[in-house]
Amino acid sequence: MDMRDVYTETLMELADKDDRIVLLEADLMNATGTRPFKAAYPDRFFDVGVSEADMVGVAAGLSAAGKIPFAASFGCFASRRVYDQFFLSANYAQLNVNLVGTDPGITALFNGGTHMTFEDAGIMRNIPQLRVLEPSDEVSLRKLLPQIAHWPRSVYLRLHRKGGWSFYSEDETFEIGKGKLIREGSDITLASFGMVMLQETLKAADLLEKKGIHADVIDVLTLKPLDRELVLASARKTGLIVSCENHNIYNGLGSAVAEVLAEDGVPARLRRIGCQDKFGEVGKIDYLMETFGLTAAHIVDTAEALIGMKKTA
Amino acid sequence: MFDTDLSHKALEIRKKTLEIIGKLGVGHIGGSLSVVELLTVLYYKRMKIDPLNPGMEGRDWFVLSKGHAGPALYCVLADLGFFPEEWLLTLNTGGTNLPSHCDRVRTPGIDMSTGSLGQGLSATVGITLAQRIDGHDNWVYVCIGDGESQEGQNWEAAMTAAHYKTDRLIAFTDFNKMQIDGLTEDVMGIEKIEDKWASFNWHVQRIDGHNMVAIDDAIEIAQGVSGRPHMIILDTIKGKGAAFAEGNPGNHNMVFDIKTAREAIDALDAKSGEAI
Repeated sequence: MDMRDVYTETLMELADKDDRIVLLEADLMNATGTRPFKAAYPDRFFDVGVSEADMVGVAAGLSAAGKIPFAASFGCFASRRVYDQFFLSANYAQLNVNLVGTDPGITALFNGGTHMTFEDAGIMRNIPQLRVLEPSDEVSLRKLLPQIAHWPRSVYLRLHRKGGWSFYSEDETFEIGKGKLIREGSDITLASFGMVMLQETLKAADLLEKKGIHADVIDVLTLKPLDRELVLASARKTGLIVSCENHNIYNGLGSAVAEVLAEDGVPARLRRIGCQDKFGEVGKIDYLMETFGLTAAHIVDTAEALIGMKKTA
Repeated sequence: MFDTDLSHKALEIRKKTLEIIGKLGVGHIGGSLSVVELLTVLYYKRMKIDPLNPGMEGRDWFVLSKGHAGPALYCVLADLGFFPEEWLLTLNTGGTNLPSHCDRVRTPGIDMSTGSLGQGLSATVGITLAQRIDGHDNWVYVCIGDGESQEGQNWEAAMTAAHYKTDRLIAFTDFNKMQIDGLTEDVMGIEKIEDKWASFNWHVQRIDGHNMVAIDDAIEIAQGVSGRPHMIILDTIKGKGAAFAEGNPGNHNMVFDIKTAREAIDALDAKSGEAI
């Protein structure tokens, strides 16, 4: 099912048990798929029209008065457009505002460069103590949403909207701040953030396997705080790491991995798959994957180049 | 009785505000002094609050969206017993619980963190909606500045408040006619401010913001009008009551010492003695 339907369905289940759950939209209810929530809980649903800054401020007020708000918009608006409101009214004020940025990176498709947010997770990383997550499948989204709701402070949730897949089994457990080592190898580490990249990273791991290269695959899930020990343990083992993100290579996963590697003094080489500091553009998913260098083939080429460097070193 | 007691209280708050900023040597004196009468009517007459239980269920709320007027509000909250009086002398010193701009995390009695102008009204709308969900019949007050009214987010919030008919929300605009770069009407005119709010489907009144009877009456009238949020425009004077600040174009964030503050306090005492 679509990830947005998992979002709405899970929040309705939560709202049924917890009357503090409220939803906000800024004229994108149909895009986010939250109309069923409005129908079920009309008194706990607020569409503020095209005014995202106000939406975040209203959400902060609702939280100050004891509610647990989830406010959604396209990621470009849920980050760039509302940064000061989210920073001050939600985070500085230590409130529980769950801000949902949909259509991450290339999934903006025909909305193109104006909407293609390769920077949202990066700018959100700069807000003190904020949790920044991107669930990678339907199960992780369903299991993390209750934790996000009940985390006492704010969260930025990067939400893949259309399309979905179930990678994890239903009995898998998740925790904010914890990643998953989902495949074990010994030659190289592939660290992935989000649904689009996890699918490509797993394909890349298969392709590498056929070439006799065994990869650790990490599903990061939480960008901030990064699961430092998980990443470092794998990097110590393999000595090579490729970060894979549907985001600019600056301030996202690649930067976060570089920080922990350097701080810990782990002698591992890093290469960053992701948008190479470019603006987005319109296109179908295959064109955008290729244009921004996010395909399994790109990951394989990068991994092989790293292994080649290790051999010659 | 109302007039004498509250006038005395407003005088105390004004003097204390001058003293704590004067002791520090710098601060937002202009916009603090212009809201003293509003704070006095709200906190000593109108608001249902408990200093020993600042988070009391069903209490009234106040958001000081022009968060830089925090020092005046701190004087009120200390006087009411939300925190010890001694805290006032820690204003803006390292580690204080009383920072320049209002902070709900640090200061008991502060209902919302503010300081980046334009954000308080949206939060107030959210608080009002939450009170409605919970079935409370309390009042939610907010004060924005005249310069602050230039921030676009206010007008987004104005639409949301009217759309959701938040008639338990009573907003005030401290129209003290000055902002950092000069006179409000010279920098970016906001007149006719009452027409703007009325056209956003708010119930609007405009009064003398230093007349506490007028403020109290306007609140009474607002509370009798249902279906619309309320805006009460307060015509005020920035730096009201301190000769060194009133009319001084630099009175937004001013450097002055305790000696200057004491002279202003003495002048206020003398004037008050004459009045009696």
